[in-house]
Amino acid sequence: MTIPPLSSEARPGLAPGVRLAFDKARDQWVVLAPERVLVPDETALEILQRCNGTRQLDDIINELASAYSADRSEIEHDVRDLLASLIEKRIVIA
Amino acid sequence: MSAVRTLSPPLAALLELTHRCPLQCPYCSNPLELERAKGELSTAEWMRVLDEASELGILQVHFSGGEPAVRRDLPDLVAHARKAGLYSNLITSGVTLDQPRLTKLAEAGLDHVQLSMQDVDHQTAAYIANYPGVQGKKLAFARAVREVGLPLTINAVINRHNITRVERMIDLAVSLGAGRVEVAHAQYYGWAIRNRAALMPTLAQVQEATGRVEAARERLRGQIVIDYVLPDYYARQPKACMGGWGRQFLNITPSGEVLPCHAAQTIPGLTFESVRHRPLADIWARSEAFETFRGTDWMPEPCRGCDQREVDWGGCRCQALAITGNAAATDPACALSSAHDALRALADTASSEPPPDFVYRRMSPQDSKAALATTTG
Ligand code: SF4
Ligand code: SF4
Repeated sequence: MTIPPLSSEARPGLAPGVRLAFDKARDQWVVLAPERVLVPDETALEILQRCNGTRQLDDIINELASAYSADRSEIEHDVRDLLASLIEKRIVIA
Repeated sequence: MSAVRTLSPPLAALLELTHRCPLQCPYCSNPLELERAKGELSTAEWMRVLDEASELGILQVHFSGGEPAVRRDLPDLVAHARKAGLYSNLITSGVTLDQPRLTKLAEAGLDHVQLSMQDVDHQTAAYIANYPGVQGKKLAFARAVREVGLPLTINAVINRHNITRVERMIDLAVSLGAGRVEVAHAQYYGWAIRNRAALMPTLAQVQEATGRVEAARERLRGQIVIDYVLPDYYARQPKACMGGWGRQFLNITPSGEVLPCHAAQTIPGLTFESVRHRPLADIWARSEAFETFRGTDWMPEPCRGCDQREVDWGGCRCQALAITGNAAATDPACALSSAHDALRALADTASSEPPPDFVYRRMSPQDSKAALATTTG
């Protein structure tokens, strides 16, 4: 089965059982999930912090594009890539 | 080796709150010598351990056992873990928790539930757990978990009695609303090694099951995460047991002994320290049991010169001991180990004969009386 691409109105959020937390001992953000600890890089963290289940994908992309004054289509590509892989791992749901 | 080195803190701790359990699985990872209830850490002691764990840098705690829910203070411990900033997972057999108690755990901040499954077939499930009606109770429990809104992982332990139904176990996990299923071949430590012949599937069965798991993974992509744990006896490369000895995990027994892995007490000559007598951070950094096999200095050939030595860390010490009699040997699951063929022969012989009866997990008669007295008292 292939996963269909997200609609731009989708509202991605962390899956149940997944938390974003700051790890004081290692001075970094971590994603805590069942039997898994992931360390997001800077871009992934910026994206994940905006995935709260209420913001629309479109708005998340716009926000990031203006925050980084970057090309919107490039940002969109990065965001969709990351979310697709995290949805497959059930870290994110949309 | 230099005198100063940096040691990372562990990521996760397995907390064996008790060895008491209503089930008697013949592959239970608990030691043959089960600990009695009266030696268990108190609520206050466990709370202190949770605080120490969090300060040390541990991120996730697994409340395990035995059956952790036989401890009445479980909701208080979960709440305390939450307060300490820890991610908490409950590893349960699901037969003692009803919906009101589950709701309490959810309210206390439990993050995730992992339910063990013996089979999809009710009769075999009851036979494996030595507990009539076990499957019905587990199904009801799994539904209750989803009703209170907790995320669920199903942990299916694969052995020769259920291996032909591996796909149905995955489908059952999907239908129960689990986000993840762990399909794990029995690991031969603890009670499982005692029951090896009664549990061991043939190579052909393992290959067939592996194919089915891979097909299910493709078919269910995006619906459920499938983690597959291969059986060591048919492997060519060992697992990085515990992510490497003393690198990522620690295990605390009901009475507070801190172990690098749950089977470490089988290794003769290692001394373990208790959270009752020493801070957890000290035990992690300096106790002899953790230092003995940490890193690569202890390694013999072929591990010492192998480019995989910091990938699999030489495999499992307890398996090396169980098969070769030497805990410091290369894990026989590795094709480069001189005991590799012997390991494989053990599996082939065991699986080609009809299965003997199970030796069910239980306390020695004297112990079980003591445990019952404490439970009902
Ligand atoms: S493996 Fe079975 S007997 Fe052992 S603790 Fe788990 S449910 Fe109880
Ligand atoms: S020789 Fe040792 S380090 Fe190399 S693959 Fe085998 S177990 Fe791992």
